[in-house]
Amino acid sequence: MIHASSPAHPAPVETTTGLNNRKLLMWIFLGSDCMFFGSLIATYLLYRGKSLVGPYAHEVFNIPYTSISAFVLLMSSLTMVLALSAIHRGDMRGLKVWLLATALLGTVFVGGQYFEFTTFVNEGLTLKTNLFGTTLFVLTGFHGAHVTVGIIILLSFYLVAARGRLKPEQHLNIELAGLYWHFVDVVWIVIFTVVYLTETPNIVT
Amino acid sequence: MAAVSGALPRWLQRPTTYSGLWGWVVTVDHKRIGVMYGVTAFAFFLVGGIEAVTMRLQLATPANTLVNPDTFSQLFSMHALTMIFLAIMPLSAAFFNIIIPLQIGARDVAFPRLNALSYWVFLFGGLLLNAGWLFGRSPGAGWFAYSNLTSGPFSPGSGMDYYVLGLLVLGTASMAAGFNFVVTIINMRAPGMTLMRMPLFTWMTLVTSFLLVLAMPVITVALIELGFDRFAGTNFFRPEGGGDPILWQHLFWVFGHPEVYILILPAMGIVSEVLPTFSRKPLFGYPVVVLSGVFIGFMGWAVWSHHMFTVGLGPIANATFAITTMFIALPTGVKVFSWIATMWGGSIEFKTAMLFAIGFIVLFIIGGLSGVSHASPPADAQQQDTYYIVAHIHYVLFGGSIFGLFSGMYYWFPKATGHLLHEGLGKLHFWLAFIGMNITFAPMHWLGLDGMPRRIYTYNSNMGWDFWNLVATAGSLLIAVSTLVFLWNVFTTMRKEKDAPADPWDGRTLEWSISSPPPIYNFRTIPNVYARDAFWHQKYVEGSDGRPRPVPTGGATAHSEGHEAAESPHDIHMPGLSYFPIILALGLALTAAGIMIHLAVVAAGVLITFFGIYGWAFEPADPE
Repeated sequence: MIHASSPAHPAPVETTTGLNNRKLLMWIFLGSDCMFFGSLIATYLLYRGKSLVGPYAHEVFNIPYTSISAFVLLMSSLTMVLALSAIHRGDMRGLKVWLLATALLGTVFVGGQYFEFTTFVNEGLTLKTNLFGTTLFVLTGFHGAHVTVGIIILLSFYLVAARGRLKPEQHLNIELAGLYWHFVDVVWIVIFTVVYLTETPNIVT
Repeated sequence: MAAVSGALPRWLQRPTTYSGLWGWVVTVDHKRIGVMYGVTAFAFFLVGGIEAVTMRLQLATPANTLVNPDTFSQLFSMHALTMIFLAIMPLSAAFFNIIIPLQIGARDVAFPRLNALSYWVFLFGGLLLNAGWLFGRSPGAGWFAYSNLTSGPFSPGSGMDYYVLGLLVLGTASMAAGFNFVVTIINMRAPGMTLMRMPLFTWMTLVTSFLLVLAMPVITVALIELGFDRFAGTNFFRPEGGGDPILWQHLFWVFGHPEVYILILPAMGIVSEVLPTFSRKPLFGYPVVVLSGVFIGFMGWAVWSHHMFTVGLGPIANATFAITTMFIALPTGVKVFSWIATMWGGSIEFKTAMLFAIGFIVLFIIGGLSGVSHASPPADAQQQDTYYIVAHIHYVLFGGSIFGLFSGMYYWFPKATGHLLHEGLGKLHFWLAFIGMNITFAPMHWLGLDGMPRRIYTYNSNMGWDFWNLVATAGSLLIAVSTLVFLWNVFTTMRKEKDAPADPWDGRTLEWSISSPPPIYNFRTIPNVYARDAFWHQKYVEGSDGRPRPVPTGGATAHSEGHEAAESPHDIHMPGLSYFPIILALGLALTAAGIMIHLAVVAAGVLITFFGIYGWAFEPADPE
């Protein structure tokens, strides 16, 4: 994905649709990733409120805390757009600043998730405890892994840009990283709503 | 292929060798990758065949003791997994690779290195899935591996671990291939090749690729959940922890039914190319055949619960899925009638490829009809888990997919290799396979209706199943012989001089406009497309009587050879070779295998994966 030093594919003459191949690839990948998260979310919904033993969602969730980290992640979409806007203007210094800011906000989110997971475990909720623990950790964990991959991509571009090897005409790289980043944010909006905001009482006990 | 190794452009940097084994390891050429896919998949096809024949020998007589029940479980599980994931899917991928860029007038796929990655990940995933034969044990819970048969207490040992990790790795390969071919077909078509001028095989590949891209993530999630259950003690499919085993069935079949169309649509695409060529008529009802293929692609998502009629989902769900299942037979029927109408009134030439295509129609109709019979829940309740189902799936997968793929092999073998397969041996292969297939699988209908359950390792003589089981075993040996005839045909053909002309069958599509095998850059000049069956219209015009007349001057040859605007081969920029696809594939496979072995192996795998990704991303473009 990171064709930073020079484009690996010498600019293809033109494509049938006029859409860049790599951009089309990213969109199709995101479509595929929708099915991935869709299946995980469906699993979560099927098992919601069906744990045999506690702790249950309302006992461990700290909604204000998670709301703040969700806000942080959403703000990172803003900085991502600013990074793209910077490279479009040829403002490489702005690009570096906003890339770093986006990665930093993402790191705060992942760090917050790590802290949250630790708290859950301390309160007796692990992967094995009950269906809630199983589905919660796997769903949000895979989302966290996606964010982590995004952070690595952003930092890679930051390092390439810092070494002066990212040219303004290579803005497609940043645009694609942005598509991925925004997608991961949107997925979090769904997860946050489904998992945290619409929690239901356990119906088995 | 080997013929182009001399005409190597000098400016290729990165790995520079096209010759020897190393040239194949670093290649990104779609034709070479296609050949590797084909050879590897055929090797796995033979492995799956050996497993099948072993099972048939065990079942030849009642109370037989050739293999024990445990081995038998592993045999039927691995036979299905091998044939589906390691034979039919990659054989289709071989045709995608070799043919699609040629049919759409492109010089390669959209992402050549990603294409190489797909192949290597497939190879390592296939080896991982089969590693259980050598280390410990193989998966033994059937190919759809219903939970909670797959949980620790019921599947002890490492067998199901190979299933989970092997299929996860293979899924990555399929998705990568799917991404690549969606982008290639949407974006890399020659000027003038609109969607409704695309060859049918290209169309079916597009639909299949979309299915791959959207269906594989679902099984990925199912496998991840099963993996967590097995490795981390989670509760996804463990009833004692509140988990619901039926969730596995839903996730599996939401993937599994589109998967069925992933297996059959490429074969449908192949026969839609072969039938018009050897009937010397355009495909009857092209738009309808295309749209019914697309419709199957959509409807394939709405029928999955017909695999679960006996689960007890209730009358509403059963009725709904019965209706959608009967409905999906319609576009399939439309295709069958279009193929028959294509042959109607044509001047049919019974080459081996054509025989396999006709065999496909005949056998697929039988398999389709038995399929419709279990679209009805009450009938299905009788047929569920009996040999009737085994008969059905082998008529559609062996009589359908494999016959379609063999048709494609005979049809495109000269294009891929420059060698024409021997027609006499080909026809012998066809008749042995056709007769053997019917002797093997037709009796399974009666066995199933007589109540013989699938997946039993033996049976008592007093059940009355002896005779037809013996017949089926005899048939399976006939199929084995037919496969040996094919191998002999390939072997002897490859030892001869390359003699295939560019256009041995008087073909209709662009791949026949260039030499056999094609030069590394495929087309010296990217062709302009003015019609469906583009190459046919370069060769023929319609006479006043409505019959085709050859274009007076040159036609075919004028296109492939001296075109005044043709670029010099040295100016054609081809993607550079690369080490990184195989490195990245190795990293991914090692990471997966490490989960079974040791965390240190996982760490090593992750490191290699990162090295592969960064090396890939920063690999210099070719200087020029």
